[in-house]
Amino acid sequence: MDIARLRSIDAWTWTVPRRDGESRAEIRLYADAALLGAMDDKVLEQITNVARLPGLVGAAMTMPDAHWGYGFPIGGVAAFDADRGGIISAGGVGFDISCGIRCLRTDLTADDVQAHARGLADSLFENIPAGVGEEGSIRLSPGELDEVLLGGAQWAVKEGYGTDDDLQYIEERGRMAGAVPASVSELAKKRQRGEMGTLGSGNHYLEVQTVERIYDEPVARAFGLVQGQAIVSIHCGSRGLGHQIGTDYLVSLAKAAGRLGLDLPDRELACAPINSPEGQAYLGAMNGAINIALANRQILTYLTRRVFGHFFREARIETLFDVSHNTCKPEWHEVEGKRRLLHVHRKGATRAFGPGHAGLPERYRKAGQPVIIGGSMGTGSYVLVGTGESENRAFSSASHGAGRAMSRSQALRQWRGRELIDELAARGILVRTKAMRGAAEEAPGAYKDVNAVAEATERAGLARRVALLAPRICVKG
Amino acid sequence: MGGTYGYFEHDADIGVCGRGVKLEDALVSAARAMFAIQADPDSIRPGERVVIQFEEGDTELALVRWLNALLGASRERGLAFSDFGLAREGERWRGWAAGEPWHNAVVRGTEVKGATLTMLSVRQDARGWEARCVVDV
Repeated sequence: MDIARLRSIDAWTWTVPRRDGESRAEIRLYADAALLGAMDDKVLEQITNVARLPGLVGAAMTMPDAHWGYGFPIGGVAAFDADRGGIISAGGVGFDISCGIRCLRTDLTADDVQAHARGLADSLFENIPAGVGEEGSIRLSPGELDEVLLGGAQWAVKEGYGTDDDLQYIEERGRMAGAVPASVSELAKKRQRGEMGTLGSGNHYLEVQTVERIYDEPVARAFGLVQGQAIVSIHCGSRGLGHQIGTDYLVSLAKAAGRLGLDLPDRELACAPINSPEGQAYLGAMNGAINIALANRQILTYLTRRVFGHFFREARIETLFDVSHNTCKPEWHEVEGKRRLLHVHRKGATRAFGPGHAGLPERYRKAGQPVIIGGSMGTGSYVLVGTGESENRAFSSASHGAGRAMSRSQALRQWRGRELIDELAARGILVRTKAMRGAAEEAPGAYKDVNAVAEATERAGLARRVALLAPRICVKG
Repeated sequence: MGGTYGYFEHDADIGVCGRGVKLEDALVSAARAMFAIQADPDSIRPGERVVIQFEEGDTELALVRWLNALLGASRERGLAFSDFGLAREGERWRGWAAGEPWHNAVVRGTEVKGATLTMLSVRQDARGWEARCVVDV
């Protein structure tokens, strides 16, 4: 990105001056000059398009890990007011609705994991369905699938895949209100038939990690994190059902936009007024997909516990937090001294409530919400904590991952999957995958420096670093 | 049906491009490009055939609908596809895909979530038709 086109507010906050006669909302880009300089110009083009959408409240924003997406940039945040013509956009949520990270803390140490590393890696790979074409063992009737669409992780816990304690530490206590199964197509439901409890592919993973460094002792204590502790992170989303909802509504909302008189700068923004029948239908379907994702991560948590239980009979594996990063959610925010109900799109961005927020579980209310930035399989991931400042800066939002630094094709030209896996094994990181192509595409060098992203997230006041997690075992799709 | 396929750059996802003498050939080639991301077509036996039908007057949206209908059928039936065909009568499109259920001998790649409207273009030039868009992986 040509940063000469930007104006710096401070070293971590940038804006784009409006041209004469240009009608759009403000743009805020949170990152340092180096991260911005490495971003594609398309990020700026896409966030400028978002700033032109009707009913936008405040600025159209990008997080430090932003990269070129479709419609919205990935790492994009935008809030809309339904009562002022605000829209909901399928392009602002993405295909993998409610993709997110479930972070599990264990009472095991790095040495415990090391003692069983190969067996644990093989057993996780055998028991966690991962990759294109893989199916899970759970088959649901149409009626049962509707129950999952309505119940989310609460359904999974009721079916024995977890505990009430898990639900405390999932956004919305494991169930997104407002799901409408009738707004979900039959094909979307059929696509989910074999996909409950599956990881998927691409950048999805299950990682066993260890706490490498603590940045904030008091908050780490509140989160139950200590140096050397073993952690499990599960990154996946709403699987085939979510992908099909994205597919269905991307085309139908793109067509509806013209009919509803919305002049879209890019039809990939595919949107409708929140209060329109089209907008409400998408909202109902998307909320159902959020519940599918929450149930899916709960089932994967259950499978993970079963594998760990085989190696460590007494191990305690508790949900630290489960946070989604492809959503549009109704939330109350203070805007110019008034509380307003806004629909906040976070596409490749994480909600990051600060200390005292009523939506947080009791245990974390004083500290703030755990925010998880997933890294690549060779580098590390971060646990951060939401700040009070983030509310004013980005409607309580933060980065979600390292963000890609190069395309998949470029990565394929640079790395070979087998060689990469051997290289990581030599560094003590065991990777298990059926797809060598996927491993090469996901090479650590294809991602931005996660340390720079986490630091920029902190410096921009979006969330504060708590702990760095180092990968030990990685199951990839 | 004849035609060639290739890829173009996108930061997070992959751009697919199909070319052919006829519009239908270009769309078939784009399907080959997309499914080659998911699995090596040479490792798939095209034993099972699935029919795809839809109506679409906008040729660009037809590309997106064709690719997404194929993805839907592939996931719904648990099939890896390697061969495709497509015919058109006005706004009515009738196509097919052939493949087999996933098994260990199928060389797996990366799952495609959906075909997007990003960099979507279907156009004709002196050499024939070209159909392209970004697919989300």
